[in-house]
Amino acid sequence: MKTLLGPDEVARGLRRVAGEIVERHRGLDRVAVIGIRRGGIPVAKQLIKWLTELEGRPIPFGSVDITLYRDDAATALANPRIGPSDVPMQVAGASIVLVDDVLFTGRTVRAALDALLDYGRPRTIELACLVDRGGRELPIQADYVVRRADIAPHERVDVVGTEQELCAVVQPTDAPTLPPAELR
Amino acid sequence: MRRLRHLLDIRSLDPADALSILETAEAFAEVGRRPVRKVPTLRGKTVVNLFFEPSTRTRSSFELAGKRLSADVVNVSVQSSSTTKGETLRDTVQTLDSMHADVIVIRHSASGAAHYMAGRVQGAVVNAGDGMHEHPTQALLDAFTIRLHRGKNLEGLVVAVCGDIAHSRVARSNAILLKRLGCDVRLAGPRTLLPSPEDALDCPVFDRLEPALEGADVAMMLRIQTERLGGTLFPTLREYAQVFGLNQARLRAAKPDCLVMHPGPINRGVEIADDVADGPHSIVLDQVESGVAVRMAVLYLCAGDGSPPQAEA
Repeated sequence: MKTLLGPDEVARGLRRVAGEIVERHRGLDRVAVIGIRRGGIPVAKQLIKWLTELEGRPIPFGSVDITLYRDDAATALANPRIGPSDVPMQVAGASIVLVDDVLFTGRTVRAALDALLDYGRPRTIELACLVDRGGRELPIQADYVVRRADIAPHERVDVVGTEQELCAVVQPTDAPTLPPAELR
Repeated sequence: MRRLRHLLDIRSLDPADALSILETAEAFAEVGRRPVRKVPTLRGKTVVNLFFEPSTRTRSSFELAGKRLSADVVNVSVQSSSTTKGETLRDTVQTLDSMHADVIVIRHSASGAAHYMAGRVQGAVVNAGDGMHEHPTQALLDAFTIRLHRGKNLEGLVVAVCGDIAHSRVARSNAILLKRLGCDVRLAGPRTLLPSPEDALDCPVFDRLEPALEGADVAMMLRIQTERLGGTLFPTLREYAQVFGLNQARLRAAKPDCLVMHPGPINRGVEIADDVADGPHSIVLDQVESGVAVRMAVLYLCAGDGSPPQAEA
């Protein structure tokens, strides 16, 4: 197991991403942050912390569960765990920043886009992620990335730790799954 | 959570599977509150609603559940009056099997019809009520609705199931499920409509409403099923209403926040008085709403082919 991003690097990176979001949107008037369950939630929460610090007011925050929108949903039900989606804000007309921990094939993001569009028609959707590990199977790219890294197919990137102290680690794909950061 | 092969009755349903259905249903309840009440999960799957008995609400509830999951839903209504049930079912089994239905939802007046079907078709079979045997999705949606109002732990809740217990598949499924979830289930009704002691599922049995309702958290009223009664088991509907109908006076024996439930359709003024059916204790309409979410969960857990999920990130 090797560390790709330590807690300090995650914090600095997400603070930079928060700055980029504010700059690109000239403020945060219509911006809402939505984490993709479950790995995207702690990343989104820390991003919200930095955005709140920059703007001095709370930013709308929600989460989507993509289980029902997976492109293999009907065939991959052996171990379904559907979590609740929680989208408390008006999606129509909003500028949504979708947040995930690791961007890999792009299939999760594709499913999250479909899930989100069922709540309304946002003005824009952008994608922020902690690690872009390459290996895309769909034409999907992130707008904000903390770290780009080429990770071999036999390796896996896990984001672990608490919401305040997140790190990204690389380990072999057959290593036991660490509990997701959200549950710790 | 794991997928279900069939849902035939509560008695043979693994308690862990029952909880998994209730928990999965919570996610589906959220889908029902969205602007777009549809998810693409069962796209390309076929659900057949095979109803040998007339039913509006259970059939439309399953139909809506299938459609909200994007499945193709076919409603087949069969009038089973002239042919014997064995012949009809066997023919129907073969027809449906050639239609490659992924889930077959069956309601039949013969107890055991769903069991007969399971194993003779490739798809999953969901029992939507078989004769006087069981109605598992009704029990699951009732448990789900109680959980909405009383929290996830149903341990120690007193549930009085009142009315025609002997002929009721709803009573049987509910008594089994709610007892497993830790409730104290009481059965009450006229003596002619009470089960034999060995069929009472170890529940205390009352031949009056008042002692059964004493301190109850839930009053679950059953429909007087005129179609299943020969007309000799109690004198008149009016007398039934006077002695066994739930009215405000009788409800005072229960806890002040007692929930009043009814599987529908209601015989107003018979098993339940108007002012109770429409009163603050009644959660009858919540039961209808929960029905769609619970049936979505059942269809979802039954329709997959169970191959392991692919890794994705």
